[in-house]
Amino acid sequence: MSKLPAKAKCVVIGAGIVGNGMVYHLAKLGWKDIVQIDKGPLPNPGGSTGHASNFIFPVDHSKEMTAITAESMRQYKEFGTFTETGGIEVARTQERMQELARRITSGKSWGIDGGRILTPAEVKELVPYIDETVIVGGYYQPTVGVVDSLRTGTIMREKAQEMGALQSFANVEVQDITVENGKVKSVVTDQGTIEAEYVVIATGCWSPKLAAMAGAHIPLTPAVHQMKDIGPVPFFKDTKGDIEWPIVRDMDVFMYERQHGTGLEIGSYAHRPILYTPDDLPSNATAALSPTEFAFTQADFDIQDEHAYELMPSIVGDENVREKYAINGILSYTPDGMPVLGETPEVRNLWSVAAVWIKEGPGTAKSVAEWMVLGDSHIDLHASNIARFHEHHKEEKHIKSRVAESFNKTYGIVHPNEQYESNRKVRLSPYYDREAALGAVFYETAGWERPFWYECNKDLVAKFGDKVMPRTAEWESRWWSPIINAEHLQMRETAGIVDLTAFAYFDITGPSALTVVQKAALRQMDVAIGRVVYTPVLGPNGGFKSDLTIMRLDADHFRVVTGGAHGMADKKWFADLLPGDGSATIKDITSDYTTLGVWGPNARAIVQEVTSADMSHDAFKFSTCKEIDIKGVKVLASRISYVGDLGWEFYVPMADGPALWDALWEAGKNHGLIPVGIGVYGTTGRLEKCYRAYGPELETEYTVVEAGMQTPKLKEADFVGKDAHVKHRAEKPVAMLCTLFVDDHTSSTGEKRYMMGNEPILTLDKQPITDAHGRRSYVTSAGSAPSLGKHILMSYLPTELAVAGNKFIVEYLGEHYPCSIAEVGATSVFDPSNERILS
Amino acid sequence: MDVLVCLKRVPLAGGTLILTPDSRDIETKHLGFGISPHEENAVEAGVQLVEQMGGTLTLLTLGPSDAEEQLRSQLAIGATRAVLLETDGQEWDPQGTAAALVDAINAEETKFDLIIFGAESADSAGYQIHIRVAHALNRPIITNVKSMKIENGVAICDRVVATGREHYEVALPAIVTVRDGLNIPRYPSVPGRMQARKKPVDMKKAEARVPKLEKVNLALAPSKSKGAEVLGKGVEAVPALVEILKKIGTF
Repeated sequence: MSKLPAKAKCVVIGAGIVGNGMVYHLAKLGWKDIVQIDKGPLPNPGGSTGHASNFIFPVDHSKEMTAITAESMRQYKEFGTFTETGGIEVARTQERMQELARRITSGKSWGIDGGRILTPAEVKELVPYIDETVIVGGYYQPTVGVVDSLRTGTIMREKAQEMGALQSFANVEVQDITVENGKVKSVVTDQGTIEAEYVVIATGCWSPKLAAMAGAHIPLTPAVHQMKDIGPVPFFKDTKGDIEWPIVRDMDVFMYERQHGTGLEIGSYAHRPILYTPDDLPSNATAALSPTEFAFTQADFDIQDEHAYELMPSIVGDENVREKYAINGILSYTPDGMPVLGETPEVRNLWSVAAVWIKEGPGTAKSVAEWMVLGDSHIDLHASNIARFHEHHKEEKHIKSRVAESFNKTYGIVHPNEQYESNRKVRLSPYYDREAALGAVFYETAGWERPFWYECNKDLVAKFGDKVMPRTAEWESRWWSPIINAEHLQMRETAGIVDLTAFAYFDITGPSALTVVQKAALRQMDVAIGRVVYTPVLGPNGGFKSDLTIMRLDADHFRVVTGGAHGMADKKWFADLLPGDGSATIKDITSDYTTLGVWGPNARAIVQEVTSADMSHDAFKFSTCKEIDIKGVKVLASRISYVGDLGWEFYVPMADGPALWDALWEAGKNHGLIPVGIGVYGTTGRLEKCYRAYGPELETEYTVVEAGMQTPKLKEADFVGKDAHVKHRAEKPVAMLCTLFVDDHTSSTGEKRYMMGNEPILTLDKQPITDAHGRRSYVTSAGSAPSLGKHILMSYLPTELAVAGNKFIVEYLGEHYPCSIAEVGATSVFDPSNERILS
Repeated sequence: MDVLVCLKRVPLAGGTLILTPDSRDIETKHLGFGISPHEENAVEAGVQLVEQMGGTLTLLTLGPSDAEEQLRSQLAIGATRAVLLETDGQEWDPQGTAAALVDAINAEETKFDLIIFGAESADSAGYQIHIRVAHALNRPIITNVKSMKIENGVAICDRVVATGREHYEVALPAIVTVRDGLNIPRYPSVPGRMQARKKPVDMKKAEARVPKLEKVNLALAPSKSKGAEVLGKGVEAVPALVEILKKIGTF
């Protein structure tokens, strides 16, 4: 074997589907001098790729996951390693039938068509060996298929070698990854050290161990997925190809069955969660089968045997069809179910491409390679960004408890607002006890417990009656309360106090601080001290990386305030823009500060009672901030609003939080102040004002112009994405973000139904709408507008269709509802001239 | 015809063995468990006899409570019932193990016509238990059997020795130990697994006996390289292949 080189531009560790994908795509994008190593032999080094079941169902409720999967399928087809079989998800319950309709709906939103609902008899026609009496129906997706992931990996590796860009070495074990000045320096192996400009960790379930060598974190856990092969099956005796029959997912028992050759593979996500740590995995030499194929534990599969027997009795129940092979296969699971991609926040040029399954491999590799080489990927990867994790997310306890909780939901019906139960109360705001006493119903964001609504406001539901837009259907009533809408209406009449402790805050200071924030912000940051600027943050391609607020507290002191969920990724974004000469620094003060918001017509009267500062409209202008005194507490007050009413956000050190709450609460008693939850702040208040949110509306794939957020004047200072943005401003936008109202909520059963988001917008003849860039129109956000008595949908629509009054159809759980455009662009549907905010 | 098969739960090693830090046991953290390969032939033989002649097949083991997993797997093949003599997980010496098995066999209502052992256990390979049990039960024993049939109350067995084959005929009740090659053990089916869950497994506490042997430590045999050598690709590999064929005398 040839010797390891002493230097490389990039070392890719891992030769599974992901590592092979990375070397191929990096080479394709022009990188040379890539070295790939794996501790195992080639072509199957013994990771999860070697035992994965290799089938692909293209539809996921996550747009990001579906896009990555679609790109992967495209590549598998290009390499000739994809066999289309079709696949059926069968339902044993009516609840599941609703979920299957929802999956078809998600497919239409993300551009995956062809899905249709089948009767049990129709399922039987496609899969003659099922007992159709145990199911109530199915969802057929003709584009489901099976891939040869090992072959694909080999092809990709060989192509990179043919391009003269790659040297691959098997049986090389990494012993250390060294770091110098915060940047990766070398990979130390049992066969020598390679100095490298970039290092990519593509080692699946071993990734945490390798990241730890460099002082970084890749939060995932190896978890068991059980599968058993039985055969030979007489029915499959005459099958010609290896893969001939549709794959069946028996969703309600969390299992799948698929034919290959004369065998039937039975897989399960129903067994108890069996979690390991990377250190538990044996070496290639000591493993009985492979390091990721553990001995099958039959006792965990007993019930699954019965479920498989129920669905396919003619095969599974045949005494002569015997177990050929059964394993506890190891897969990677993350605490939030998404992959872990991107440059680690701890070490520059050290990249993670982890927790990626076969169906996502080649697409993920392409996207991450683009991110590394071009600075951004075509597919928005924000939900997979490794920088999303807060510190507590990286702890073993968090990872294990969340995976233990979510493992059995792999095939579960997961509500979009479903909350985790494990490892809660990790971070508590200073008002937690006060809120709990008021009957707060807590949801979690970034470890923080946030009141979503308050049971103490229950009586308001009766007060506002039908104006709260009560819901009768179970699905959209789950994780929802009419109290949210009642709080909204009361806040619009008097005032509400909102706990915003979950914000992330970081201060950027130093002589170059202005240069840094200018570079990050679309909007002008060279503003007067005391100005508050809400600004999009763009990526190199002119799409959105974030939207956030920056306060100029001094000539060389800026405070960035952003949402907790995305806060750590924002922190990395700003940190990456620091000049590196110490002339600007970033300090994360998230755990030091807390925020309360007070909004509503009575907000000024309440605040004025507890401060000597002049809170009048002229003395305290909108979009400004200043330090004031509230009952002896020094408070940074900022006059902004995300809910569309007059008011302020108040920032204080954590320790001063209770005194601030008590002062405002006491003063509020005479002014009808109520506690208001995030249900109003994040949804109803926001949507009435047509405020966009990062993630749903604002993402890499849409431009500032399409979001209706361009400034009248382009700032002169340079900023990330400026060239692309200038181009976008000069072009006619391909789509425009519109606000729509649902015109009739009545379903076929006469029940009123309310969309939740991610549903497709269709033409009046029920056809999907695709813009000139191939992007489907779908509902980015949905929610009540209680002040208007309307249910709001936001959606990007092709510019030629984006005309106020234009009518469309929205598909929800398989049914169709009329809707129409209320506003094109960012103008609010409630109080469009902002009289309330500016009062 | 009532048959008894004695089994032992053993680690299923496929790769390089590692020992526990005190060198007294095999490290089983990464390993699954099964029964010795020869015992799989023993069970298969028992199942076939009962299928042909009627009667019952009982399984007997001494081991930790986890050994139920191995008993259930063999019940899934077609055994009738099982008895587990539960230890605290410690390995017993052959005297103790044999004595416990003999007590259990004597306590059974069924007087077994035939008791089958595997020729050796996959882990300790002591060749002890079957002889001791036969001696204590005062039954004839044929060891290392490669073929067996029962006719008119007589076990007719062949075994392979260096000089050829030895042929034995012994009247039942008797004890036989079998080797692989005797038959092809079947794998469980799913219905077999499901039936096995409902079959009786008698769990009995095995009273610890004072061991007469002490295990000091284990030592690993020198490892044989199992790595494959790539001779080359396509036509280029031919000369090297020819060399090897010459070397091993096939060319």
